[in-house]
Amino acid sequence: MTLLQIHEPGETPLPHEGEAALAVGIDLGTTNSVVAFARQSKPAALHDETGRAMVPSVVAWDEVGRAIVGEPARAILADTPDRAVASVKRLMGRGLADVTAIAGVLPYKIESGAGAHDMVRVVAGGRARSPVEISAEILRTLKLRAEAALEKPVERAVVTVPAYFDDAARTATRDAARLAGLEVLRLVNEPTAAALAYGLDRGAEGLYAVYDLGGGTFDFSLLHLEKGVFQVLATGGDTALGGDDFDRLIAERMLSERKHDGLGDVLDTATVKKALLLARQMKEQLSERDQTSGRLDLAGKPSFHALTRGDFEALIAPLVARTVEIARSVLLDAGKVPADVAGVVLVGGSTRTLLVRQAVDAAFGRPPLTDIDPDEVVALGAALQAEALTGGSDSLLLDVNPLSLGLETMGGVVEKIVPRNTPVPVQLAQEFTTYQDGQTAMSIHVVQGEREMAGDCRSLARFELTGIPPMTAGAARIRVVFAVDADSLLTVSASERTTGIEQRVEVKPSYGIDHDEMADMLHAGLDHAEDDMMARLLAESRVDASRALLALDGALAADGDLLSATEKSEIDTAAARLRAAVAADDRNEIGAAAEALETLSKTFAERRMDRGIRRALSGLSVGELERRVGT
Amino acid sequence: MDHFARLGLEATLELDGAALDKAYFAAQRRWHPDRFVTRPAEERARASLEAAAVNDAYRTLREPVARAVYLGSLSGVEMPGDGRTIDDPDLLMQAMEDREELAECAAIERVDALASRARDTIARELAALGGFLLHDDKGAIRKTLLRLRYLEKFLEETRARRINLERVGPAR
Repeated sequence: MTLLQIHEPGETPLPHEGEAALAVGIDLGTTNSVVAFARQSKPAALHDETGRAMVPSVVAWDEVGRAIVGEPARAILADTPDRAVASVKRLMGRGLADVTAIAGVLPYKIESGAGAHDMVRVVAGGRARSPVEISAEILRTLKLRAEAALEKPVERAVVTVPAYFDDAARTATRDAARLAGLEVLRLVNEPTAAALAYGLDRGAEGLYAVYDLGGGTFDFSLLHLEKGVFQVLATGGDTALGGDDFDRLIAERMLSERKHDGLGDVLDTATVKKALLLARQMKEQLSERDQTSGRLDLAGKPSFHALTRGDFEALIAPLVARTVEIARSVLLDAGKVPADVAGVVLVGGSTRTLLVRQAVDAAFGRPPLTDIDPDEVVALGAALQAEALTGGSDSLLLDVNPLSLGLETMGGVVEKIVPRNTPVPVQLAQEFTTYQDGQTAMSIHVVQGEREMAGDCRSLARFELTGIPPMTAGAARIRVVFAVDADSLLTVSASERTTGIEQRVEVKPSYGIDHDEMADMLHAGLDHAEDDMMARLLAESRVDASRALLALDGALAADGDLLSATEKSEIDTAAARLRAAVAADDRNEIGAAAEALETLSKTFAERRMDRGIRRALSGLSVGELERRVGT
Repeated sequence: MDHFARLGLEATLELDGAALDKAYFAAQRRWHPDRFVTRPAEERARASLEAAAVNDAYRTLREPVARAVYLGSLSGVEMPGDGRTIDDPDLLMQAMEDREELAECAAIERVDALASRARDTIARELAALGGFLLHDDKGAIRKTLLRLRYLEKFLEETRARRINLERVGPAR
């Protein structure tokens, strides 16, 4: 809510209730997801009735729009691809431009996001859905599995993300968990979680590397392990490089073979999904034998395709070489050489590919450590961290910010404020000045990435700092503070320093999801939810509404004079309606009343913001300002 | 509180890496936000700020040149910001020659030799800086810090050049 943005970051007006609820660790993977729980530093993955720990990260929808997750959804993906979505993690926090096509066709049917929010929507089961919403379905399934296994409500979780995930993708992941009714205690980087599980299990000490090649992402992290301390020295990766890309290359090869044989395919999302599914089976078979073959039936025209391990390795060699190159540059960043590394831990299903193991072996001059299940180790580490955060522990995770954060300056050049591999949390500031006489506004463009030009980096947010007192060029002192929290999420604030008064502007990433969208999704999800889901949603909207009311009370007490009598009475009426709704049991009414109040108080919030800025910037006369700047 | 005091260390140029790590881990054991997840909001906010300050101290003191520049600022020697003119003609001349030499390097071994020469110079300048700090010779401190900062930048450039050569050159 608009009014909430005025709070200090990290401050929660209402303490969270239910401290006794259990906290789990969740690895929300591109291909498979796992939930685990730790008791007395002994983590275990939670299984379903059939003993499987892995939940395929596939979501499908039945005729009435109910979500189906996991194995049954994967079966639907094969039969009726229009109703199912796989690998949604690759779309988290992404715009259309970030999505890789296969032979010109995407394995998803996609719409670009509405309005200012560029995150794509996936069309499946007859409706456009946000990747956040789809990920939330997977998380909901994991939550239910955990509750069934532990026979207690589970409301809190440590959720892992690729170390190289940017701000938008991290925010999207956190939003998805919230939508699933899980409070995220911490977003932990996947390689760090793996190192935690590995280190605690083996009592490892020294310099360790984690090579994590999953379904959709690659991470490489270098950690210093010592008596319960897990210190990440440097990390790097590629969020669009994984086993999915191996599948894509095999599928493209089969499709081009069909074309060569004169089977004129008209490719669409469904055929591409089918080809990918077969490609994946063939890839998995090649981990155990030297050759395989598959039958691809598209539009009633079957074709047969043979693939040897040699063919496959030739296809993927450039991708594997790229992972090794990333690993080398991470070592360089940390000022280390391969011989310094005591062991390389392999994580992620794609490290089962023999060529990957050989490449790691060659790059480090030693065979990688493969004795922990690469599919479960991340979730196990997350579970350990969940226990440590809620129950206390002696281990300490010190992680870093994966990508440089900076501002666009004159000429589109990026000025880095928080360099990559800076330990988090961290707060760093830089001063800027005006470049024109009498300039009263400055536009601030926050970017993330390693490139020199802002246009080549990811744009996180833009905002305008207005109300700068007119001065000669170069006299104003605009201080911009970047605060990165322990989840590697960024808050930017800017202030004109000569006045000495701070003015904070919280920045949301461009690809993030705002409150209205979140509310829409909650409504949409409600239609088919179970009863307990309803209860939780009701509780959540109550908490949200109470927070908004609390914020409103504070705002009225501080700046009530900004409102006319009519405006004030309108807001009071809307607030009374919301209070009544919170006391009753109708969640939709709470939502509607909150929305009405939000709309009514928008102008008020804007006026408060204006006043805040004016207060911050107009405390002194121009003459005084110049004298101060001169000293 | 200055960075040294925050970690309970003596303000000195020759800082032992292991001692710094030990002090840093101890401070983070106390303040890291992971230890405050179930605490009230005010305590969480405070811990987050403390942990951020500890991280800032650590990343500043960890690198010898950053540490030297910081020690200089404690002695009242402020460095000009990036992109400002440098008033040391010898340094400018040296920088031009170094860059030319680097641009002409076609072999990785040549780049490595230049980097190694820069590292030796850094070590010499740091040793000299110790004396200037002791005698609070502000002019000499400033001049040395400028040189150190330049050398560090040059090292970064050799790194970039090396990566470029590795990419272009035959697979090793």
